[in-house]
Amino acid sequence: MSMPFYVPPEQVMKDRADFARKGIARGRSVVVVGYDRGIAFVAENPSRALHKVSEIYDRIAFAAVGRYNEFESLRVAGIRYADLRGYSYDRTDVTARALANTYAQTLGAVFTQESKPFEIEIVVAEVGLDSESDQIFRLTYDGSVADERGFVAMGGASDAAEERLSTAWRPGMGLSDVLRLAVDVLGAGDNGERRTLDAAQLEVAVLDRDRPRRSFRRIVGPLLSRLIEPRETTEVPAEALGGPGASPEAPAGGPAPGDEPESPTQP
Amino acid sequence: MTDSLPGRSRRLDDAFLTAGSSSFTEFVSAYRPELLPAGRRLPSGATLEAPHGTTIVTLLYDGGVLMAGDRRATMGNVIANRDMEKVFAADEYSVVGIAGTAGIAIELVRLYQVELEHYEKIEGAIMSLEGKANRLASMIRGNLGLAMQGLTVVPTYAGFDLDSATGRIYSYDVTGGCYVEGGHHSTGSGSVFARGALKKLWRPGLDEQQAVSVAIEALYDAADDDSATGGPDLGRQIWPTVALVDHAGARFVAQDVLEGHVERVVAARRDNPGGAR
Repeated sequence: MSMPFYVPPEQVMKDRADFARKGIARGRSVVVVGYDRGIAFVAENPSRALHKVSEIYDRIAFAAVGRYNEFESLRVAGIRYADLRGYSYDRTDVTARALANTYAQTLGAVFTQESKPFEIEIVVAEVGLDSESDQIFRLTYDGSVADERGFVAMGGASDAAEERLSTAWRPGMGLSDVLRLAVDVLGAGDNGERRTLDAAQLEVAVLDRDRPRRSFRRIVGPLLSRLIEPRETTEVPAEALGGPGASPEAPAGGPAPGDEPESPTQP
Repeated sequence: MTDSLPGRSRRLDDAFLTAGSSSFTEFVSAYRPELLPAGRRLPSGATLEAPHGTTIVTLLYDGGVLMAGDRRATMGNVIANRDMEKVFAADEYSVVGIAGTAGIAIELVRLYQVELEHYEKIEGAIMSLEGKANRLASMIRGNLGLAMQGLTVVPTYAGFDLDSATGRIYSYDVTGGCYVEGGHHSTGSGSVFARGALKKLWRPGLDEQQAVSVAIEALYDAADDDSATGGPDLGRQIWPTVALVDHAGARFVAQDVLEGHVERVVAARRDNPGGAR
């Protein structure tokens, strides 16, 4: 009869963490960064269908790096959790904090109990009434939560990206400025070489604090190209965000921000 | 909620993490069926009196579709509510109006609004108008048990079809039958009188303002002959709810615009109560 080898728990946890970290570092990065009118999500993602950034609820969004099937199941779970909570209580009772806690418990339980930890890192962000009350939570594979201020970079080479962000980011930057900064950070290679990313390689979305009710908007097409043009442009006016480039989820030519349908009793 | 269940860890339940359905109703009926109207057991044989909402009129106009509802809810011979809303935005491109037991109807509308938004978020695309109409039909079908005990809900659904760029009206029966209507439709206790008015007043190609006026006049006629339908209340400044859906999305007509239309209709009916032309 063979006896199983004794492996100390420290070693088990370390092996699992190393495994998860390696998986995450292989993927492309995602940058989440606050700007004067909301929170922007910038991912290097050539796919138009498989998203790394998604709407969760009225003022909450989700961004992830790592294995797609793993974070996709958490994204769907988050939407179900938020919609169920909003339906049985009220829309205002759905908070990023509660969702982040639930995600953390799930990630933590999977990390210790399942045969393989999730190889993902996620951000849950909620836009507040002003930039002071914006919340950005970063969750890692082992279930640890960090309440971040201003910006987060996840995925491959995220330490270098965070360092660049910490020197260049300051509160109150405009959307165009933070997008150019994020693109610059994502384009930095390992050994000093630079890649230029154009609009087709990026997935960009914002939580716009000035929108009533659902504040999540994807920024695509010509508007995105204009916003990330590498020159000293002036700010694109707020109205431009409601244009055809900023579609609700998929449909083109959605209602302008002012035309948001207001039901007498929104759920 | 997972965190409210005693003796369990706070991690997400497997029901949340299961792949598959993009339907909120399906998810809730598997996970917390008591939250759905259809998931509740009622004592058999008992009936009760609950507030009822009444007349909804829907009509097509040039470039979109209009839905209007009166504001009265009745409970037997008593007016239960004078300023109830019966027309709701279902999502950005459609509206739903309800007639029948008010409590169940409002719950169904709330559920339906979440259902559409839930699908949109999970799939990353808006459901087709036909698909949305069918989802509502299956929710009405789920309510059949309650309907057989007198708690009926009969909605009307109207939306703008982005693919064909036209407005569409869907009517329902209590068993969940879903029918496409051409031109105009009315439902609720005053619907007979509203339909008569619409037959005479509606014609293809009305513009937006004419459509609002026709809808208000149809509701006026319904209120004239049906005691459960509320007429325009000039004293309390309560006007019908009027929603328009066109290529720009769904929106509600402002109070001051409605006031102008109502005053014109009421003035035209002075000394001419039937509105003879």
